[in-house]
Amino acid sequence: MLEVSHLHVAYRRRAVIADLSLAPIQAGQLVALLGPNGSGKSTLLKALAGLLRPRLGSIRLDGTELASIGFEERARHVVYLPQSLPAAVHLRVMESVLVAAHASALAASAERATVDAVMALLARLGIDHLALHYLDQLSGGQKQLVGLAQALIRRPKLLLLDEPLSALDMNYQFHVMDLLRQETVAHGLVTLVVLHDLNMALRHSDGCVLIRNGKLLRQGPPATAITTAALASCYGVEARIECCSRGIPQVLVDGLSSAAAGLN
Amino acid sequence: MTTPPASTPSPADGANRAGAVYARLLHWRWVLMAALAIAIVASTLIDFTLGPSALTWPELLRTLLHPAAAEPTTRVIVWDFRLPYATMAVAIGLGLGLAGAEMQTILNNPLASPFTLGISSAAAVGASLAIVLGLALPGIPAGWMVAGNAFVFAILSALLLEAVARWGAMDSSGMVLFGIALVFSFNALVSLMQFIASAEDLQNLVFWTMGSLSRANWTTVGIMLAGFALMLPLALRDAWKLTALRLGEDRAASFGINIQRLRLTALLRISLLAALAVAFAGTISFIGLIAPHIARRLFGEDHRYYLPGSAVVGALILSLASIASKNLASGSIIPVGIVTSLVGVPFFLFVLLRRKVA
Repeated sequence: MLEVSHLHVAYRRRAVIADLSLAPIQAGQLVALLGPNGSGKSTLLKALAGLLRPRLGSIRLDGTELASIGFEERARHVVYLPQSLPAAVHLRVMESVLVAAHASALAASAERATVDAVMALLARLGIDHLALHYLDQLSGGQKQLVGLAQALIRRPKLLLLDEPLSALDMNYQFHVMDLLRQETVAHGLVTLVVLHDLNMALRHSDGCVLIRNGKLLRQGPPATAITTAALASCYGVEARIECCSRGIPQVLVDGLSSAAAGLN
Repeated sequence: MTTPPASTPSPADGANRAGAVYARLLHWRWVLMAALAIAIVASTLIDFTLGPSALTWPELLRTLLHPAAAEPTTRVIVWDFRLPYATMAVAIGLGLGLAGAEMQTILNNPLASPFTLGISSAAAVGASLAIVLGLALPGIPAGWMVAGNAFVFAILSALLLEAVARWGAMDSSGMVLFGIALVFSFNALVSLMQFIASAEDLQNLVFWTMGSLSRANWTTVGIMLAGFALMLPLALRDAWKLTALRLGEDRAASFGINIQRLRLTALLRISLLAALAVAFAGTISFIGLIAPHIARRLFGEDHRYYLPGSAVVGALILSLASIASKNLASGSIIPVGIVTSLVGVPFFLFVLLRRKVA
């Protein structure tokens, strides 16, 4: 269970996250983190991962205050996947995933990360045929999937993914979201995913967190968090949420909301 | 993304096959490492047989096996000149190859090496300062003072580079330009010291700037090899972390790696190796630049193989350069630093231009 309360994060003097508290997120839940550009989504993930030190506030994972444990120890339980793709280096896909498991001395994942385990994970992601390819020969989308494998092989309790779908085609976007949900349920993870595609969030997440200017706007199940009013105040767009012929809610954006000018 | 996830053919088979291929690959890397080691031994032997005094193979072999029975002059030539010289080429090559490989990783810069970014020049300034000023501490031999001062200057310039890379937010070309500025400044300082040096010191100083193995003796060879033998395991202990750093700094940090500490300890190792190399042989250029590139192609970037690979490639290159230096001008040995520069500059340009194209 992840509990965040009264979190303040600032770069130098500029506050990016101000007094943000979240309702507890249970293990086995996949939560979409939504918000406009510059709203503090990446900053929130980095603060949860321990890469940025919050000014104030508490982050508790299964009851443990994360600030109270060492950086290496924390990295055992929390994995953050940055927005940038893995660098194009002369390293085979298999090696790059093994490295992720072996990187920190404390990682218990190192013992589990045999070649077989890596291959099984790559197969689940549908990229086992690339295992022996070099990273510097892969496409952007393939590299993104390898990056995801690097995060998953560490078997974290808290998985923080910053736009993991940005370079993927539609097929793989669906595939990855399905897989993330399976992993989240199977291993009892708390998974936080930054998404830009609201329909993806509606369809694949157990909950949504909407933030703007570092403040929480809404948190709740997708259907109640993503509403016309919420989208207007969060993104400044005029949108409808309508059910398609199969009864699945879809977001349709009609244009900028009339209040948008006032929001910026 | 050629294969859609739904149509992946039986994953277990693929896993076994890929696992087997990967195991073979690791095995192959060890074979390659052994082959390079054999090549080094062969090259060292050839290096050993070459020299201004025309000794024949049987003579050399006899002196090598029964030094006591050999003629005193031959013994001195074989045991005090030829052997330390040929071994020093290997020792320095190992050190510079390892230092260059680590440096290219922690600065994330394919043009980085102790020579191109000014660490070797800084060490040369430190060494020449010790010589010209006759720096001395009671109870410490003069040779140690030279090496120690070279180390102090090397580490200071390495820290300066690190600070500039970190706070100046410089890209890799910017870093190289900064390194060149350092090289020019340090070379000017060395020239200044040559100008004010006595005739005897001047001879010493010229030796530093050219890069030559001719002053090798068993003590310096021993120290250089010991330095390498000490640094390699320490570097290998960080091998996984260094490999992870190649994937990107933020990614490595999210794996729980303390990047600042990793960089700092690597810079200490690099400075120590570069300083020892400069203290004993002067500035031998480009080995630390070329060896990592070749090692990367041969071994990939898994640092468990890449680091020792770069060291053995460095040793082989310098040993071959030493052979070349004995053959370029008949009857004399030209300083090996001149040979490595002649080979290194085109290589440096090649790397630079290929990056521009990419």
